[in-house]
Amino acid sequence: MQTLALKSPGRNARAARVRLCDLDELPVGLGRAFVVAGRTVAVFRTRDGNVFATANACPHKAGPLADGMLVGHQVVCPMHAFRFTADSGECDQPNVCAVTTYLVEVEGTAVFLTLPAA
Amino acid sequence: MTTRQKLVVIGNGMAGARLVEDVLALDCDRFEVVMFGDEPYGNYNRILLSNVLNGTQDPKEIFLNPLAWYEENNVTLHAGKKVTRIDREQRVVYADGVEQPYDVLVLATGSKPFVPPVPGTTLHGVFVFRTLDDCRNIADYAKGKSNAVVIGGGLLGLEAAKGLMTHDLASVTVVEMAPWLMSVQLDEAGGKVLGQTIEKLGLKALTKTSTAEIQGHTHVTGVKFADGSTVPADIVVISAGIRPNIDLAKECGLACERAIVVDDQMRTSDGHVFGVGECVQHRGMVYGLVAPLWEQTKVLAEVLTGTAPEKVYTGSKIATKLKVMGVELASMGRIGDLKDTDEVVQYSEPARQVYWKAIVRDGKLSAACLLGDLGPADNLMELFKNDAPVPERRLEIFFTAGSAKKDVSLADLPDSHQICDCNGVSKGTICTAIKAGKCTVPSVGKATRAGTGCGSCKGLVKGLIEAVAGAVKADPSEGWYVPAVPMDKPTLVAEVRKRGLKSVSEVFRELGTGVDEKSKMGLASLLKSLWNDEYVDERDARYVNDRVHANIQKDGTFSVIPRMYGGVTSADDLIKIGVVAKKYDVPMVKVTGGQRIDLLGVKKDDLPKMWADLGMPSGYAYTKALRTVKTCVGSEFCRYGTNDSTALGIALEKRYQGFEFPAKVKLGVSGCPRNCAEATVKDVGVIATEGGEWEVSVGGAAGASVRKTDVLCRVKTQAEALTVIGRFLIYYRDNAKWLERTYDFVPRVGLDTIKRVILENATGLWEYFDREVEATIAAYRDPWLERERPVYAGQFEDAKTVALPMLS
Repeated sequence: MQTLALKSPGRNARAARVRLCDLDELPVGLGRAFVVAGRTVAVFRTRDGNVFATANACPHKAGPLADGMLVGHQVVCPMHAFRFTADSGECDQPNVCAVTTYLVEVEGTAVFLTLPAA
Repeated sequence: MTTRQKLVVIGNGMAGARLVEDVLALDCDRFEVVMFGDEPYGNYNRILLSNVLNGTQDPKEIFLNPLAWYEENNVTLHAGKKVTRIDREQRVVYADGVEQPYDVLVLATGSKPFVPPVPGTTLHGVFVFRTLDDCRNIADYAKGKSNAVVIGGGLLGLEAAKGLMTHDLASVTVVEMAPWLMSVQLDEAGGKVLGQTIEKLGLKALTKTSTAEIQGHTHVTGVKFADGSTVPADIVVISAGIRPNIDLAKECGLACERAIVVDDQMRTSDGHVFGVGECVQHRGMVYGLVAPLWEQTKVLAEVLTGTAPEKVYTGSKIATKLKVMGVELASMGRIGDLKDTDEVVQYSEPARQVYWKAIVRDGKLSAACLLGDLGPADNLMELFKNDAPVPERRLEIFFTAGSAKKDVSLADLPDSHQICDCNGVSKGTICTAIKAGKCTVPSVGKATRAGTGCGSCKGLVKGLIEAVAGAVKADPSEGWYVPAVPMDKPTLVAEVRKRGLKSVSEVFRELGTGVDEKSKMGLASLLKSLWNDEYVDERDARYVNDRVHANIQKDGTFSVIPRMYGGVTSADDLIKIGVVAKKYDVPMVKVTGGQRIDLLGVKKDDLPKMWADLGMPSGYAYTKALRTVKTCVGSEFCRYGTNDSTALGIALEKRYQGFEFPAKVKLGVSGCPRNCAEATVKDVGVIATEGGEWEVSVGGAAGASVRKTDVLCRVKTQAEALTVIGRFLIYYRDNAKWLERTYDFVPRVGLDTIKRVILENATGLWEYFDREVEATIAAYRDPWLERERPVYAGQFEDAKTVALPMLS
């Protein structure tokens, strides 16, 4: 199991690392939403064995990305099918800003999420 | 090594970007290129904005050069930065924190919409129509509004109106000061024809009307005209013409009249500063079309790079072909510009909304407009552009020469003949591309840009492909069942069967060229129907609705629709539904168009609990499946009912519930020919006749399209009706393209074919159809029962809360 590298982790020293769940609590090929420290984060497990995480709200109209479908390493928003790339959070549509991405790591059977300091 | 000269271009629109492209194409090493653009994007095709507004094109499809293009070509683009000052003395351009020296400066500042000086133009809900952002804002704002007014009945105004009409507004009114629409391109008679045509489309046009005031307090509520009358408006789009952007040029002291004055080499009054596009005035003319602007950039690029330093631009002959509100239109020269000695040749055919007019001056075509049928347009364009003498018998301007020659002429045209007037692509260029193997219209477009502007020349491109390569290869992807697997449905089905592919990911792995979400859904549906029980159901191939068995709403909540067979319920069930709605605090309880009760605004976590409390099966409001069977009261209670429509409706719904199809399927059963269940606009409609028979008809719709069903047959009993309908449904399921509704499928396949297959057993498939019906019924599982045992972790969970660790 790998995690998709974030382009610019830039992790803050006071960032919080949280154990999210067991790997098998993440359905293959789908996303799942978690609330961590007041933020809703969507965590995805791709069919090729990667895990990545984004903010759960689509920057376009706040669609719940965890309910979206995965296309390779991209998540497709269930509302209007905007696509966001796992590592950069970049959107395939012009004028839609990137979605926030988070560092997520799998160690053994445990999934960890790192939240930057608020 | 010498340093490169600095070419600075202000404006990243169609003229600015095109100039840089032309310069780079001639000499990519000569200049260090820096561009400034107000809009925070790459460069896009403004002509196609109306398509974005009406939803036929995605914003991303209209980009000519994405941001990456600038990077690849070493062009520095300051997107979203406004140039505030030009210091001609020092040759420096200033923009938000940028100080950019230049050796050569090009102004391509374009124009801005003209906003008439009436009160109220700053109210919420008043827009201009010029940029991609305008488009987006208009589309967003139009949601849920009912009355729109477009001020300005020119080309852009009509395009805006057309775009607005796709946004479900109750009325769209176009207001034009001139006595007729498109007064620049059309004469009065032509304007009248256009007016009639668009009114048929449901648009209102008020001509000879000038706007006095846009009314409203904070938001627009109406528009008041000079005669004191008013119309209500929730949204107003102003499209009253454009004005060249010349402020910057004026401030730095360049000679300006209506626009920035340039000479035949596009030079302004300062030898280091040039101008192209809508912001310049050349020999007294200001052009607002793309073709002239591209002639200008070509000349300027040749002058700047020294490729042809003596090259001059002598002006353009304005001729254009358009499609406005579905009306074909060709216009050349100035039709209103009439001299006493001019000859006017006119032809009109009111029944077909066809109107042609040509003005002959000194034996040559000086202007023309054609409306409704562009048969002779190419011929006229040729005469117009080449200043060729018109035929002695003037009627040959329109006839003989035009229509008869059309097919032959394409092959006979010289290579230099321009086919695509938007992009200035010649027949020769297109033919070279075709000979190099580009045999589809899109691939020719990609290689040459032909057909990628307004698109009106696509027919000619197709004709050239036919002439050069024999036949147009249809864009192969059109025939594919899903985009990511390059096979039509029969081939795909055969491969899937042969290889025994039972899951979506297996199909992608063995036959796919990539993955996309639409293909996932299409394949899931196909595989399920092919394999029934053996289908390997991968949940990530399902859209969220089909994962949680409820319809996702705009705020991320879901809706629950208890199945109500044939629209019939009972007092107990109603009470139960009411109790459940109350218990879960359902924000809206609504009767749907399909005779069911919709509980809207349900949290994902609550879904399984509500289903359990309801204890009723699922009513599909989401899957591409059988949705509802609408019925009338029928003979049970109705005074007119001749047969028991509710009983048949319930029987149909119970039998075919859970059947998945390439698109949604709705049925209707009416108990008498009064047809209260509106069965003639359903995918399958049944109407009881006075003689005690049932008339079964197929292929109707009353959604985005309206189509009346075609009568398939009459049957005597309910059982026969069930059988015939089952056979039709399986035949449709097996043969329709993904997302093809029956109203497209039936006319495509042909009613006669369907009758032979379904009624006469011409293909010997009856037994197969009946077996498939039984197998599909047997494979049906009530999806709501997943409430007891979710199929994957978190299936019915909104978001899992994770506590923060005490120490990090």
